[in-house]
Amino acid sequence: MTLKEIITALDATVLTEGDIDISVQHACSADLMSDVLYYCKANSLLITGLIQPHVVRTAEIAGIKAILFVQNKKPDITTIELAQKKKIPLLNTSLCMYKASGILFKYDLNGCG
Amino acid sequence: MNQDKMPIEGSFQIIGGNFTTAGEASSEVKTVLTDLGVDGDIIRRIAIATFEAEMNVIIYAAAGQLFYEVTDEYIKIRVQDMGPGIEDTNRAMQEGYSTAPEWVRNMGWGAGMGLPNMKKNADTFLLDSVVGEGTTVEMTMNLIKE
Amino acid sequence: MKISDAIDELQLQVKTCKDKLSTEVTGAYVSDLLSDVMGNLQQGNIWITLQIHMNIVAIASLKNAAAIITIGGRSPQYDVLEKAASEKVVIMSTPLSAFETAGRLYSLLNK
Repeated sequence: MTLKEIITALDATVLTEGDIDISVQHACSADLMSDVLYYCKANSLLITGLIQPHVVRTAEIAGIKAILFVQNKKPDITTIELAQKKKIPLLNTSLCMYKASGILFKYDLNGCG
Repeated sequence: MNQDKMPIEGSFQIIGGNFTTAGEASSEVKTVLTDLGVDGDIIRRIAIATFEAEMNVIIYAAAGQLFYEVTDEYIKIRVQDMGPGIEDTNRAMQEGYSTAPEWVRNMGWGAGMGLPNMKKNADTFLLDSVVGEGTTVEMTMNLIKE
Repeated sequence: MKISDAIDELQLQVKTCKDKLSTEVTGAYVSDLLSDVMGNLQQGNIWITLQIHMNIVAIASLKNAAAIITIGGRSPQYDVLEKAASEKVVIMSTPLSAFETAGRLYSLLNK
């Protein structure tokens, strides 16, 4: 599923500058980063409620392609700059993790783990 | 693989409680291995294990140090901290067992998956801890795909 | 929809309070952050999480959650299950990921 399709499906906003013309095969809904590192597959979308810079680091380490913040959470500039440097697009949506996951699951995205 | 300058070594100071720069050491290890042309899946495993070790210092210890050594066959990662030490290392190795306080869990860590995750991703894994002194984790991973 | 209607589709193993499976489900909430759940979980929601420690029972009880589903095949330890049984909190475990659990439940609840 492409990031553009995800943005449309969830009425999401892009928070970073740069290329969003990528696609993901899996999605991982989690707030605990060790679990992301344990379960998450490469080429995934991370759906999370945490917005600190270490979430971007986790994505970088785990080979995650993009991060979606739920409940309209907005990261500060440190997080956004790190994501731009690491070329990991950040999105946010007003939906909660349950609804965002529920909608994306209807498309061809698989879970992780 | 570029083997001219082997072994490659490096070290990092890790400051307890500093979540903002968390992952910088692991990120550098990842870059070194990428530049050497190591297989992507192997790099991912190493980066994950290194990051978990780094995070444990940030979460639990006052300070610590990460050393890495890369040869043409393997990478060795040693993370040594001045922390409280682990009282029951067997329990600490169980998935889901954690002594992390609530604020750490609210930061997204302390789910009790760190040490199991290191062991899962490393080819050899050694944990040595003395209560009141600190903890040392030493891991090696083969760089050649079998 | 009742809790029992989700058991097959979500591959649930019921760990506590088998007598409460006819409880109506009002929706669901996915989160691993306890303070977030305290703030946002609605009464009658199913709480999907990979947290398995003791505090999940108190929160589910306080917020009147319909049930807790622990994901990724993880199940709380015996002492947590015992507390859940005494507090009348339904705990179920699924081998599915949080994403897939939420996805399947969302489809069931929005038929």
